Amino acid sequence: MNEQRKFKPKDFSSDQDVRWCPGCGDYAILAGVHRALAKQGIPPEQIAVVSGIGCSSRFPYYMSTYGFHTIHGRAPAFATGLKIAKPNMQVWVVTGDGDALSIGGNHFIHLLRRNVDVNLMLFNNRIYGLTKGQYSPTSEVGKRTKSTPLGSLDHPFKPVQVAVGADATFIARTIDVDAKCMQEVLAAAAAHKGTSFVEILQNCNIFNDGAWEAIAAKQVRADNTVHLKHDEPMIFGRERDKGVRLVGLTPQVFTVGEDGLTEADAWVHDAHDEDPVRSLVLARFETPALPTPVGVIRAISRPVYDAGVHAQVDGAKADAADASLQDLLVGRRSWQV
Amino acid sequence: MNIQQRKTQELESVVVRFAGDSGDGMQLTGSQFTMASVLAGNDIATFPDFPAEIRAPAGTLAGVSGFQLHFSSAEIFTPGDEVDVLVAMNPAALAKNLPFLKEHGVLVVNRDAFTNRNLKMAGFDHDPLDEEVTDLEAYQVYRVDLGRLTRDALSDTDLTTKEVERCKNFFALGLMCWLYERDISLVEDEVRMHFAGKERYAEANLKVFKSGYNFGENSEQFLIRYSVPAARPSEKGTYRNIQGNEALGMGLICAAHKAGKDIFLGSYPITPASDILHFLSKQKHHGVYTFQAEDEIAAVCATIGAAWGNQLAVTTTSGPGMALKAEAIGLAVMTELPIVIIDVQRGGPSTGLPTKTEQSDLLQAMYGRNGESPLAVLAARSPSDAFETAFEAARIAMTYMVPVIMLSDGFIANGAEPWRVPDLSELPAIEPPEIDSDVDFPDGFQPYTRDPKTLARPWPKLGTPGLEHRLGGIEKWDVTGHISYDPDNHHHMTLQRQARVDGIADSLPPTQIDGAAEGDVLMVSWGSTYGACHTATLLLQQEGRSVSHVHLRWLNPLPKDLGDILARFNTVVVPEINNGQLFQVLRARFDFNGVRYNRVGGVPLQVHDLQNVVLDNLSS
Repeated sequence: MNEQRKFKPKDFSSDQDVRWCPGCGDYAILAGVHRALAKQGIPPEQIAVVSGIGCSSRFPYYMSTYGFHTIHGRAPAFATGLKIAKPNMQVWVVTGDGDALSIGGNHFIHLLRRNVDVNLMLFNNRIYGLTKGQYSPTSEVGKRTKSTPLGSLDHPFKPVQVAVGADATFIARTIDVDAKCMQEVLAAAAAHKGTSFVEILQNCNIFNDGAWEAIAAKQVRADNTVHLKHDEPMIFGRERDKGVRLVGLTPQVFTVGEDGLTEADAWVHDAHDEDPVRSLVLARFETPALPTPVGVIRAISRPVYDAGVHAQVDGAKADAADASLQDLLVGRRSWQV
Repeated sequence: MNIQQRKTQELESVVVRFAGDSGDGMQLTGSQFTMASVLAGNDIATFPDFPAEIRAPAGTLAGVSGFQLHFSSAEIFTPGDEVDVLVAMNPAALAKNLPFLKEHGVLVVNRDAFTNRNLKMAGFDHDPLDEEVTDLEAYQVYRVDLGRLTRDALSDTDLTTKEVERCKNFFALGLMCWLYERDISLVEDEVRMHFAGKERYAEANLKVFKSGYNFGENSEQFLIRYSVPAARPSEKGTYRNIQGNEALGMGLICAAHKAGKDIFLGSYPITPASDILHFLSKQKHHGVYTFQAEDEIAAVCATIGAAWGNQLAVTTTSGPGMALKAEAIGLAVMTELPIVIIDVQRGGPSTGLPTKTEQSDLLQAMYGRNGESPLAVLAARSPSDAFETAFEAARIAMTYMVPVIMLSDGFIANGAEPWRVPDLSELPAIEPPEIDSDVDFPDGFQPYTRDPKTLARPWPKLGTPGLEHRLGGIEKWDVTGHISYDPDNHHHMTLQRQARVDGIADSLPPTQIDGAAEGDVLMVSWGSTYGACHTATLLLQQEGRSVSHVHLRWLNPLPKDLGDILARFNTVVVPEINNGQLFQVLRARFDFNGVRYNRVGGVPLQVHDLQNVVLDNLSS
């Protein structure tokens, strides 16, 4: 291995034409991932990108790394098998709100609870794009789509809340148009040992244009998001004059300097808090009542599944160094003819 | 006559069935007696037959668990149609199993259990053991107070009443070991090993075991003992007793060893396949990585991921799991990754008969996917054959870069027989088309180039610089592997996938015909009906009938010489434990005059039924 190899974003880009709709939020994410991978310096041959089905899942074709475009909802399971077989490869999973939370909900939660050392990016555009515009499990109630002409009835998932419920060890959120936050979050996700879950709020300009407008638009973003930093108070707003404080477990927005409240009253973010209660409170923040949290929401340490699998096999090999395969075949009772 | 005049009668073979409540330990008793028979040198075949419920209410017909053992001084292939000796631990076991007992057969009953309550649950309106009634007059009946005698044997222990009660199966085992002159020191070793770490249970059970043995010796009820001499297998070598699921697991480990690989097993618990997962989970020191997935789909998907990651990747399941895995198996077909899918068939459809045997997943294995998605299908014929078939499944997968479905079934999975243990050096080498360098690809790696002989694409070692590539379920351009919607290319790739599977037939040996190469009737079988078909053929041949037998291990592709063989017989009889699935496959491929024989009872086919089918179809 050449330790001196330096990479440019284009070293992670394949020669295939990108076939997302012009204006799709996925382009910015792809560029962000190319940049983040170039920066971390792991060569393309040591990276595998695994996806399910959906617009986002075309991602591996646009990467120069090893890539596997699998079947709908199952990418976490493929990634788990791959990571056990190739523990030294860095594995990324690309999925969407339908892929991860509807058809693949089961695999998603089990990946998180096992804490397999992979990085999962969920592109949440709150719509089914590739099947041309049906509501998704993250669509708001009452959404009128081709399959719900009178409005959708089912209550949506909050992906971060699902991840907290599944005891994920790393949870972060970013926005397709926020290049800076994307780099920070992807670098942290790559560095984390265990499953890193990153929700990326992504715009589908064809079937659900403006789904995140109230959060992502430049003129409102600072006022409607709070960029979480470990050990820093939750202060936000264009003028950085607003804060979030916890009253009991109830979050409240306040204006710094009003009602006798200062920055010192703001909730100080503890990403390493083992107790998931505050993570759950953050997971339920919804704009406009509260700013949407971006950045690293949770990053705790727990044994990594694939490392444990290898430790068991290595331990068994060490304990039974003299056990031959022929002995296994013969068993403990045999006779000669 | 009295004990002093007691005689030993030599028999060629005996079929014994132990039957009792699910909680009575009949499977343990049966397997211990099996081991005793194996160690006495007999050829054996077993048929464990138990309900899906772990502990159905005691004394009910639903809760009856049975274990049938056929042991012989001659070579045998089935657990036997009828039973020579029935050990019935309660009225329900008697009611359910008496129909299998031969006329004048030996019946040992646990008289203690014939209480009014138990009799009523078993559907008796009177006690069949009553000397006044004639229910059992066709049999040699031994009424033994197993419960009381067990309690007496353990009168001085500190075991609870319930624990004492659970030892009574060992009384029956002891009595049977006496009746068939088994070496009890070997059984004692086995029992100690079984209860290793639980010495008080080992000692209690051994005490009861010896009481049972001594009871036979001292009771004036028994005036004859039997001996079944050792069999003489034709092939020299080291032999052991082996169960199907265990043999299958060892076949996979050996294949991995021969290919220089570790094994990845992705599995979700399902009857009757779970024991393969259990067995392989204990073989980590042989480089076995097991993953108990969250569901059947995740199990196969993780398996495909591990195959991409260059391991011998295996998933084990039964019919319902196969249905769930179908889409992912299609992806393995499309991406040309070598996975081995083990389907231990059980009665279906739906949940069906989880603990019973059936051969009804053949068409699911062949065709149960969307699109034109050919893959290799093969089936084991017996517990020990599961070793060779699993090895062969892995060889085909890794040589041709193709998913392979191996069919076993509940009968093979739980059954046992003696096995000549192969030496590792006897097993053929497996050489996957693995590459770890891009030197042969100066213009960039192309994942869908093909070996001209096998049509296999290369299996790049993940992590190799220059071999980065993208796989997926969307149709590929030939050679480059890029996404393609081109009509001509899709047609070409469809034919190519078929040709690769068909080409496997070039590596198969000539089909073995048991009997004359042409004649009146040819019996064609696959899977676990081998033993019954083979035995029926031998018996008919001994009568001078023109009957031959072909057994198929390879079901897709079929052997190249099969069509010619079928054409050389007046009538082809195809017996199956399904509604004619192989028959359909053969009909679609070959012209032959054939009849099918199907009985879908969840139980093995009977030899005498097969003899009758053949006799009905003989032209002379």
